[in-house]
Amino acid sequence: MSDETNKPDKRWDLGGRDLEVLLEEAKQYKGESLWSDAWRRLKRNRSAFWSLIILGVILGVSMLAPLWPLASPMALDLQLEPQPPVAPWVEFGRTGWDSTGYWELGAIDSALLKVRENLFGDWQFERWMGTDSKGRDVMSRIVWGSRISIQVSIVATLCSLLIGVTYGALAGLLGGRVDNAMMRIVDILYSIPFIFLVIFVLTLITEMKTELEDAGIETLDVFYLLLGLIYWLTMARVVRGQVLALKNSEFIEAARVMGASTWRILFGHIVPNVLSIVIVYLTLTIPAVMLFEAFISFLGLGVQAPKVSWGLLASDSVEAINPVHSYWWLVSWIAGAMGVTLLALNILGDGVRDALDPKLRGKD
Amino acid sequence: MTETLLEVKNLAKHFPIGSVGLTGRPDHFLRAVDDVSFDLHRGESLGLVGESGCGKSTTARAVIGLHKPTAGSVKLEGQELAHLSARQWLPYRRRMQMIFQDPYASLDPRQTVGSILKEPLTIHKIGKPRDRRLRALALLDAVGLNPRYLNRYPHEFSGGQRQRIGIARALALEPDILICDEPVSALDVSIQAQVINLLKELQERFNLAYLFIAHDLAVVRHLCSRVAVMYLGRVVEVAERDQLFENPAHPYTRALLSAVPHADPAVEAGRERIVLEGDVPSPHNPPSGCSFHPRCPERDRVGARCSSEAPTLIERDGGRFAACHLED
Amino acid sequence: MGDSENRVLEVKDLSVRFDTHQGTVRAVDGVSFYIEEGETLGLVGESGSGKSVTNLALLGLIPNPPGVIDSGQVLFDGKDLLKLSIHEMRKIRGNRISMIFQDPMTSLNPLLTIEQQLAEVLEIHRGMSRREARPLCAKGLGEVGIPSPEKCLDSYPHELSGGMRQRVMIAMALLCDPKILLADEPTTALDVTIQAQILELMAKLQKDHGTAIMLVTHDMGVVAGQADRVNVMYAGRLAETASTKDLFDRPMHPYSKGLLESVPRLFGDASGELFSVPGQPPDLASLPAGCAFAPRCSYAVDACTNTRPELTVQIDANATSERLVACTEAARVLAADLAAEPADGGAS
Repeated sequence: MSDETNKPDKRWDLGGRDLEVLLEEAKQYKGESLWSDAWRRLKRNRSAFWSLIILGVILGVSMLAPLWPLASPMALDLQLEPQPPVAPWVEFGRTGWDSTGYWELGAIDSALLKVRENLFGDWQFERWMGTDSKGRDVMSRIVWGSRISIQVSIVATLCSLLIGVTYGALAGLLGGRVDNAMMRIVDILYSIPFIFLVIFVLTLITEMKTELEDAGIETLDVFYLLLGLIYWLTMARVVRGQVLALKNSEFIEAARVMGASTWRILFGHIVPNVLSIVIVYLTLTIPAVMLFEAFISFLGLGVQAPKVSWGLLASDSVEAINPVHSYWWLVSWIAGAMGVTLLALNILGDGVRDALDPKLRGKD
Repeated sequence: MTETLLEVKNLAKHFPIGSVGLTGRPDHFLRAVDDVSFDLHRGESLGLVGESGCGKSTTARAVIGLHKPTAGSVKLEGQELAHLSARQWLPYRRRMQMIFQDPYASLDPRQTVGSILKEPLTIHKIGKPRDRRLRALALLDAVGLNPRYLNRYPHEFSGGQRQRIGIARALALEPDILICDEPVSALDVSIQAQVINLLKELQERFNLAYLFIAHDLAVVRHLCSRVAVMYLGRVVEVAERDQLFENPAHPYTRALLSAVPHADPAVEAGRERIVLEGDVPSPHNPPSGCSFHPRCPERDRVGARCSSEAPTLIERDGGRFAACHLED
Repeated sequence: MGDSENRVLEVKDLSVRFDTHQGTVRAVDGVSFYIEEGETLGLVGESGSGKSVTNLALLGLIPNPPGVIDSGQVLFDGKDLLKLSIHEMRKIRGNRISMIFQDPMTSLNPLLTIEQQLAEVLEIHRGMSRREARPLCAKGLGEVGIPSPEKCLDSYPHELSGGMRQRVMIAMALLCDPKILLADEPTTALDVTIQAQILELMAKLQKDHGTAIMLVTHDMGVVAGQADRVNVMYAGRLAETASTKDLFDRPMHPYSKGLLESVPRLFGDASGELFSVPGQPPDLASLPAGCAFAPRCSYAVDACTNTRPELTVQIDANATSERLVACTEAARVLAADLAAEPADGGAS
């Protein structure tokens, strides 16, 4: 095949050097892409790097929740008042785990739960973080609750990413009247008070819960999507602004002169180049969505018991604040967990922004 | 005369200015290019010179289809290109390519040099992936870069080297015409000379025709066989190189040539410079008649006609074309 | 020529470094020169040669961090400018020494009228009120050839063209009748016909005011027409200092020679290949041990790769002023110039 295209054409003569050999040699001269440069600089940024590690740990612990020998998050232990924490060095663990104390789990989670059962039997951690008023283990609830909070923020953020980037990039690229119309739609959507819309839709789907479940749709899925649908608006605006700036740059003109199609220009050149801004914005969207989920659940509209999320936990803990008894463990652990996660996300977002800033490229 | 490749006739490009609302009706138009005609022969290089805002870059972009011309025709070997859609344009892209001004902005920072050079071949479905990679190597070699740097990124090269990558990308499709939009004006003098020589060498090797846009007359003199001078969106003079530089017909060309500082103190000290008064008028609101007349040092020799009637570009003695009443 | 009486500014062994993560970049490395009263001193070099950094360092305008002035003295009026406090420095900037920059778009504040910006200079340095300053400002604008100064005073920068803005900048720089004007690429952003106007204006004003000008530029043509003496910089060091005539007639540093020969000309033979300096500009973060130009130099001998040549006085029989060249092979370069001269037919 190479005989056909390498037909003797002295215009492309390389002075007798063998192309194949050169191609092999070229593999040794690897360039450093802007991404790897950014990654290198992110690693140098101490606080951002530690935030990344902390977030990784949180994500790991949360996603593998069924594996840990935690008490069941919904096993009730009826008593008069919440039990205070027992420090691990006083009492490390105990038996008596209830393998049925879970809501309906997916296939993977059930499998993980089986593994745990084989590993630990009915042994579980002592209540290191105390229990709530219904005797449920706070530590377990925080770990299990994090799953929903994290899932919501990731799904909603990806949703906003997909819609926002495509919409914004298209609007910016097509320009003119199309851009005008598309951005007016965004303006209109912006003007809708979303909190009411969310409350309205959520009330509606709670009403229609059985119908939806018959159709195989989880209410939680609708909830995820709904949040995603809110957060794409800002993303679309951010991306459009970037695309407008990029659109007239010479390398895009070069691609057009080559004959590249609109889609190729969009996904081959524009999206990779706005991605750095998008990533920065994402790291800011995740904590925002997390807070919004907490807020909605706090109002009692989001995640419904017996499932648990951080918002729900926060809502429970507020009930525990009263002037007679201070059940501090109900408030402080969940506040700490949310605080650490949100802080780490924000520090990471800051670090990512610095690492991706082209003006700082090649510097510390 | 050799075969005519490109024929541009009465090309015009007007940009809408002001609020483009939902109705899409602009307030008024900026006449960036008005009634520009020239032709380009195989293997020759035509310089298009003028000051900023004279419409030379817009002309280049209208010719290559980056801007849709408002009026006029662009013919590539008789085939009309001015009204083609992007899809219809595709086959002609292989015949005509472009080199850009800014070596930092014209390469996608997220692509390796290899993928930059392979992209045009991929778009036009030329060869198999492996052949494309080999062609990329050959291209790097042709523009005087080390082919081993195929997997590096643009930011790892200096300005002059990046410009070479841009040239290699334009050559990938083996075009007949290269439109060069100020390809050396962002480069340092010592690097500029290298790139000028490279362009000359490639022209011979690939029998290329250049439409060379520049504001630097000395560069044009080294590269072009014919030169067109633009002022406020119109061509005011077209002539063979030596004729234009030694005996310019249009007063603007004369002033432009005289304004260029020479890198020779003896010449600089001795010569009388024609310093034009005032600024280049805005293309939003060009002067009546000949658009050069408010600054023209010769306007008193012609009189009122300059401010009332726009001169047309017609052939003068010696085969040169000039748009000036003085020559009528 | 060595008459130090006439020197208005003397720079001794100036070094500026920038600390970046690729290492220390020596943007300016041991540069010494002087400016004489009323002369125009050209400072030429390509991007990254350190010419603009030198210019900024004179007035203590190096951004710190990352920039640090390592060593050196800038003697003006018997004082070392590098040792002055910020407060004392402000009294000199814009008053005794002023600057004009490349981009007239960004060096004027878009929110203030021209009058406000011009009058501010007189308010700071002369203690004048706005009302007292206005006629002086109008006179200044008239001097730089602005057709209706009164109207211009009331306009905002965006209402003026690039050439007009540069005129305003020049007027502002000359308001306090400075001893020295530092001009950093003053015409690079302008079109040739406007450049011709500005250069002519600067020459005329210099004659009227007796201001010394340091003209920082990459354009050999501009230097040829404007400068009395020229400093050529390469990779942060001075390569050559000579009178303009000597430099253009008989460059003695291989880099100056290469630079001059690679300038495309408007006269002479244009059909052949343009002379070009091979190779790429050096990476300032990793300069070779010897002469920075050695890898691109056709005169280089073995010694060039390990010993860095110092700027030394060279013998040139026809010199019109002292010739300093940082090259051990300068005599060979000169011999080549002299051998080529008759073939050129002479420029005059």
